[in-house]
Amino acid sequence: MTETGPFSIIHKRLGPGEPVPNLSEYDGERAEFTWDEARAAFAHLPGHILNIGDEALDGQVRRGLGDRLALRWLGRDRRRDFTYAGLAAATNRFANVLRSLGVGRGDRVFSLLGRVPELYVAALGTLKNGSVFAPLFSAFGPEPVRARMALGDARVLVTTESLYRRKVLPWRAEMPALQHVLIVGDSTPHVGTRALGPAMGSASEAFAVERTLPEDMALLHFTSGTTGRPKGAVHVHDAVVSHHVTARYALDLGPDDVFWCTADPGWVTGTSYGIVAPLTIGCTMVVDEGEFDAERWYSIIERERVSVWYTAPTAIRMLMRAGTDLAKAHDLSSLRFMASVGEPLNPEAVVWSQSVFGHPFHDNWWQTETGGIMIANFRCLDVKPGSMGRPLPGVNAAIVERQGATVQVLDTPMTVGELALAPGWPSMFRGYLHDEDRYRKCFVGGWYLTGDLAMRDADGYFWFVGRSDDVIKSAGHLIGPFEVESVLLEHPAVAEAAAIGVPDPLSGEAVKAFVALKPGHAPGEALRDELLAHGRKRLGAAVAPKCLDFRDELPRTRSGKIMRRLLKARELGLPEGDISTLEGTER
Amino acid sequence: MSPDAIRAVLIEEIRRAVPGSTPEALPDDRPIRDEVDIDSMDFLSLVTALHQRLGIPIPEADYGRLDTLGHAEAYLAAQVAAKTGER
Repeated sequence: MTETGPFSIIHKRLGPGEPVPNLSEYDGERAEFTWDEARAAFAHLPGHILNIGDEALDGQVRRGLGDRLALRWLGRDRRRDFTYAGLAAATNRFANVLRSLGVGRGDRVFSLLGRVPELYVAALGTLKNGSVFAPLFSAFGPEPVRARMALGDARVLVTTESLYRRKVLPWRAEMPALQHVLIVGDSTPHVGTRALGPAMGSASEAFAVERTLPEDMALLHFTSGTTGRPKGAVHVHDAVVSHHVTARYALDLGPDDVFWCTADPGWVTGTSYGIVAPLTIGCTMVVDEGEFDAERWYSIIERERVSVWYTAPTAIRMLMRAGTDLAKAHDLSSLRFMASVGEPLNPEAVVWSQSVFGHPFHDNWWQTETGGIMIANFRCLDVKPGSMGRPLPGVNAAIVERQGATVQVLDTPMTVGELALAPGWPSMFRGYLHDEDRYRKCFVGGWYLTGDLAMRDADGYFWFVGRSDDVIKSAGHLIGPFEVESVLLEHPAVAEAAAIGVPDPLSGEAVKAFVALKPGHAPGEALRDELLAHGRKRLGAAVAPKCLDFRDELPRTRSGKIMRRLLKARELGLPEGDISTLEGTER
Repeated sequence: MSPDAIRAVLIEEIRRAVPGSTPEALPDDRPIRDEVDIDSMDFLSLVTALHQRLGIPIPEADYGRLDTLGHAEAYLAAQVAAKTGER
């Protein structure tokens, strides 16, 4: 093993009495692994039927795990427990509600919810009904919500009264295809909506799972590109094979674990690993309704005896900021494995976690399109801080260079190129909904091209370098600059707009906007606030720019495309002090 | 500092951290995060601004005590009083 960065390798040794990792010998098990063998373990229903909801719940009940705790939900000031049998019954009720509304196979059921129990019930009930589940992040503003529901042919929406009123009602009349809106709770004041509580109460607990096939569409997750509208990545029921296998290998998850995935199901991590994978493994998952709070998080690990923890670099950096003393004030000895995803985990954070928790965070890499973890640091392998690790069994990754209609594989260690994957794993996306052309363009010369630039070292470890496009990555979430710019351009004072990511010590990148004004409008603090407020109102806190600068004009190519990269280079090339002088703005 | 002055600072800084929000209309006893579209990053900017503006320590362990307008006002008042008492 060679040292690649300035940080020492963290060597692994199995301590006395420690259980053997699920993946204990990387090279040998990787050589023997096949997806077909992994699939064979899933034949629970006769006739090639495969249904994620059945694998997650009813299958576990048939195996005798019905009394086991499946979900411990922690509300802001109360908690609710669901056993596997309890969750199976609740999801049956939800599936019956859908069926009674005439909602069936392939119909898209959207959720716009915080992390409340109904979200988990709706997700798995939708899948059992053979419908397609499309979760939206509740911090999206009305515009991202509308755009995604339109693209995804939403027929049903499950949400709360408050979210409906603020983010859906303003445009509901424009979307007649949205037939049913189910509002969490006992009543609803809105015409054209139904209260979910009474509907669930009168529905039966008995339901025969829809006989879905492995290639039937199951999940729809949205992601962003540089140009145009969001993309709807289509995933099928076969994905459950990847969810299960990768959680066993990359998260070392087993049935006796208490697992906490802190991601919101509005993003792919929160569905693949925050709903599906842990349930197929039969462990207990913890869900916290609250937002990040260092003290609360440590208390949850201590009180719930969390053993496997999957979180994100932004949260880890906020924990670092909160200080080691806060961590030391809690008994965190239940933790046995910790992993991170969303953006590259900086090596300082890996080293910090090793010193504070006695275990390193194991960074891993994947994206919405891959549906599951592709490259990871494993419990059985040494960790090189700053590296995303090595490909999972069943995953072939390479560094390539595009050459027209084909690619050249770059074999020389530490050469920068595009990270590419050989298609064929079960949770690979099967399309971008209604955009076959964009989907086809992702595949060149027999490889799926990820859009991420990376390197591989001589030991086979992969290192993230950057994005090959202009997509912004903030707090682990991809934000399409076009979506941000379109909303800014709606404002009557704005002539041109560009959005880029600027470095942020906590979130990796923060969205920054540049605007050029129409004649008759002058830059100033009041207009800046007004534009930021406009962005937030339409896009929501998760997508809206956090800062904004005025420009007389924006740099464009001859063909008229805004040169975001030049804006970014200028932004990063100047010392902080010079920028404030140049722009005459307070920073 | 009077409670009214502390509340005024709090409301001004929420408005600054969350452009377009109307914190003066917030109920005292509801979680701020439910009423204002604020994410974890915005919340950190708010706490940092309050810390600088009022010259008081706001340790991470206490962030949970800033959940509602009422709680936040009481907490900030206590911190300001403690600081004044030290002098």
